[in-house]
Amino acid sequence: MDLKPLAIAGREIRSRLFMGTGKFSSPAVMARCLEASGAEVVTVALRRVELGNPQDDILSRVDRNKYLLLPNTSGARDAAEAVRIARLAREASGINWLKLEVTPEPNYLLPDPVETLKAAEILVKEGFVILPYINADPVLAKRLQDAGCAAVMPLGAPIGTGRGVKTADQIRIIVEQATVPVVVDAGLGLPSHVCQSFELGADAVLVNTAVAAAGDPVKMAEAFRLAVESSAAARMAGPMNESGRASASSPLTGFLR
Amino acid sequence: MSGFLRELESIDRSLLKDRIGRATEAEARRLLSAKASGGNLPPGSVAALVSPAAAGLLDEMAGLAKRITALRFGRTIQIYAPLYLSNHCVNSCVYCGFNSGNLVPRRTLSLEEVEREAGALKGRGIHQVLLVSGECPDEVPVGLLAECARRLKPMFPSVAVEIYPMSEEDYRILFNAGVDGLTIYQETYDKETYLQAHPAGPKRDFDHRLGAPERGGAAGFRQIGIGALLGLDDWRMEACLLARHAAYLTKHHWRSQVSISFPRLRPAAGGFQPPRPVSDRDLAQMIGALRLVLPDAGLVLSTREPPQFRDNMAGIGITRISAGSKTSPGGYLDEQGDAAGEQFSVHDSRTVDEVAAAVRSRGYDPVWKDWDAGFETDTPNRQGAA
Repeated sequence: MDLKPLAIAGREIRSRLFMGTGKFSSPAVMARCLEASGAEVVTVALRRVELGNPQDDILSRVDRNKYLLLPNTSGARDAAEAVRIARLAREASGINWLKLEVTPEPNYLLPDPVETLKAAEILVKEGFVILPYINADPVLAKRLQDAGCAAVMPLGAPIGTGRGVKTADQIRIIVEQATVPVVVDAGLGLPSHVCQSFELGADAVLVNTAVAAAGDPVKMAEAFRLAVESSAAARMAGPMNESGRASASSPLTGFLR
Repeated sequence: MSGFLRELESIDRSLLKDRIGRATEAEARRLLSAKASGGNLPPGSVAALVSPAAAGLLDEMAGLAKRITALRFGRTIQIYAPLYLSNHCVNSCVYCGFNSGNLVPRRTLSLEEVEREAGALKGRGIHQVLLVSGECPDEVPVGLLAECARRLKPMFPSVAVEIYPMSEEDYRILFNAGVDGLTIYQETYDKETYLQAHPAGPKRDFDHRLGAPERGGAAGFRQIGIGALLGLDDWRMEACLLARHAAYLTKHHWRSQVSISFPRLRPAAGGFQPPRPVSDRDLAQMIGALRLVLPDAGLVLSTREPPQFRDNMAGIGITRISAGSKTSPGGYLDEQGDAAGEQFSVHDSRTVDEVAAAVRSRGYDPVWKDWDAGFETDTPNRQGAA
């Protein structure tokens, strides 16, 4: 990808494809998918990890020299639980980046905006780099930016549904108003959904189920990498419907001079 | 009166039975198509999906169930094990090894024995433990259960209970002691059958038991497990009513994840003969139907089922299985064979490692841990927790 690296909290990130590590058929398949995806940022659900156990599968399979580990607080039902998970994770791993997820409703796993904001305010003050998972609510996104979050992660559709960017109009507004990177997270089921996210102006995307539940997960990870590269190339090329550059090089009204 | 009791009493059983009987394959096929194209099926759809007319669609149903399960749960299977605390029981459930009339050795583990059993389980790789006890509040009062939970909590990320129905206050005591899940089967949703199967003891109170999951939800449990004991009544009716119950709990206790277990009574030589036996195909159809209607519910299969059935159903709806289970108090450390009576015979006697290997060989990743009680200790969710 030739776009300039994405900068989050002063760190340059090469790949704009973030990957989740849940739902894979084995740690080995997950590792191969991460490799094929070209991802640099990799999220890990702390509820699945035995904090403090160096033998733990997920942590041991993700090479921390190669990947930026982004622990997440999935399963937290309120701000207090999320804050506690974050502190325990930092204590055990030294990582202060956090994908903040507060999902009290276990079925659609939609994020609780009130508790998410509350937790973000606490954790930012404690020095965490917070990337909150949110519904595609532009005002909430602004509130979280104001609270000091390093990025916002609006959903395209509920987690694991693969339904695509159902929240496109809202994401467009979030992008328009954002002062931090926008990472479209959740609901992306196909590489075309990645392209759509970038066309809406997203800075990065996060994918998990679409790869883990694919017939050939490694091949699908590669397909998503190519979609991100294709989107980046298209953005650099300047899509015809959003650029006036063609007229700048040979103005139609030049004869008037 | 519990909210779901009101709903259950408003359901006309003969109409429901009629609906199951009159459903056509075309109707079931339409439901499968609707689900395959991403729609949600209402709980009422279960009637057509479990109907005899839909039996011919079992393979399609299984394929769809597998796909839906992978989307929501990924290619993972959760593993847990029960820890039997006591087989003392004041009830007379006709199907149960703990029946107060059975002359079997009775035992309630001491706290030290509980810790030793737990240590044995932990040594086998188990991280999610289900504390089980017969109904005998004199032997196993809520305070003892809470103390067990407090002692097990540092050892296990998740401690759940499967015990006699309690008040909301008692459930809250357990929740505050670190218990995160409650499993309680109604056994059967048919009151008449229920009274026949439970001739004496406090368990005869159908209504009190039916309200238990709601009281557990109100007390804050993260997981609420329900189920019908398959073989007591018409499984098709039970499936419909289980779906209604799960949907009710999901709507009213929206912060708890609902799961459904499929405990099946099997005909046993000289033992209790289930009046309405459920075949493997029936059970597979029931699991498939419930998965299509409840895409987010955990579906659980215990070691009551034999290895071949469990291995094949893992991922086809089923998301959680027990492993290496002993169903008598003290069963994990007792090297002389079971000193105290079993609740039921285990049909999958493989070790935890063997079950995990079978899960892996099917292309699924065994999940040992999915939460950590330590995440909650000082949160408002657990006021007064130790």
